[in-house]
Amino acid sequence: MSLPTGEVIGILADNLRIRGSVLPLSKRKVTRWARGLNLPHGGRTVLYTGMMYQLIPYIEGLVKAEKRLGDSPLAELTWLGRKINRLVNISAFMARPSAKLRAVYNEVPVNVALLLKEAGVEFGYLYKDDLYSGALAHDLGADEVVADHARKVYGVLRKRGVRRIITIDPHTTNMLRSVYPKLIPGFDIEIRSYLEVLAEREPMLRTSLTGELVIHDPCVFARYEGIVHEPRRLLTATGLTLKEPEKSGRMTYCCGGPVESLYPEKAEANARRRVEQLQEAVRGSDQRSDREACEIVTMCPMCFVNLAAAAPDGVALNDISHYLRRAYVS
Amino acid sequence: MSAGVNGATLVRPALAGRVGALEEFNASACMNCGVCTAVCPMGIEVLPRRLFRYVLLGMEDQVLEQIESIYSCLLCKMCEVNCPAGVHIAENVRSLRHHINRTVFGL
Repeated sequence: MSLPTGEVIGILADNLRIRGSVLPLSKRKVTRWARGLNLPHGGRTVLYTGMMYQLIPYIEGLVKAEKRLGDSPLAELTWLGRKINRLVNISAFMARPSAKLRAVYNEVPVNVALLLKEAGVEFGYLYKDDLYSGALAHDLGADEVVADHARKVYGVLRKRGVRRIITIDPHTTNMLRSVYPKLIPGFDIEIRSYLEVLAEREPMLRTSLTGELVIHDPCVFARYEGIVHEPRRLLTATGLTLKEPEKSGRMTYCCGGPVESLYPEKAEANARRRVEQLQEAVRGSDQRSDREACEIVTMCPMCFVNLAAAAPDGVALNDISHYLRRAYVS
Repeated sequence: MSAGVNGATLVRPALAGRVGALEEFNASACMNCGVCTAVCPMGIEVLPRRLFRYVLLGMEDQVLEQIESIYSCLLCKMCEVNCPAGVHIAENVRSLRHHINRTVFGL
């Protein structure tokens, strides 16, 4: 059973309003990935994670806690939980991912930073000012809270002198590039995904890769931001063979992730359907097999976490940056 | 209630204006072809064509009966890229969520 919709949205919106993120994380947890990379502090061009990859293992923990609560009599007390959460950050206590899981997600921004460096891109990192974009609250229609938050984020970016942002995940890209300009008159920072930046630079291949991958396009890259060709160009240039599912590119099929915070069971069902479609790209729809091994490449943390949870044994998933780093970083 | 004296529906056009206060609620472009329903990954039948019609007609009670469907939408835009009338379906659904957040959930 799901928790009451209004109370869950209320908790997420309260967190964004009071603590700057739908699921507040300490600055140490947000910036841990950058340790040892010696990235300059700030600058006109910055790599911006929007906390997304770092947040996902915590959101996953929170969703698991939600499921347990939803099946217990405590579900009726969610309203009380929301009141307490305004005073004490209880959502942080509910979501405690393992160090191993955190490391999986922290690896992605490391990969991206190394790829950009190798491609000769000059950029810095904002560290404590690498703020959440408000993506989930925007999806849920918490518009006033998101508008306030967007103005705060923009104020910080202006104060730090940022003119160009390189994003990693689709949701932060969409918020900063397509939503913020509607909320903030005069928003004048250039936003580009690292996939666009890399594809434009045509990085030198360091190590050829072999193998076959099934590509899953995130809806937000493919249909909101028109990013379809860049990941394909970068991946095929490595030597990898890309298999396209029937629903691919601009007609991609959603992983189910966007409804996970409210209706985890629906998200799971959608993810299972998508994994089957991706498996079919390898075996063909006429050759039924319950256990078809395949390797799926994703480029969104929400897609990754949802599809991974639905993938049976033998189906492996990796973020696109995993392959690009192996191929383009010496 | 939205039902009139003869079972007809009272039309309250102001609802569409309230829902679309922040963004253009362009559901009136919908020509009711049903492509959106056919391609929806979630199999949500009420979204978006019937739901948008409720809004345009001001049938708020019927809209509020569909809260779970409205929040179950993935905003994936599969319907939108296939819509022959160019309706901004995802943004319309988001506008509805904003309206419900304010009027029902008190956010």
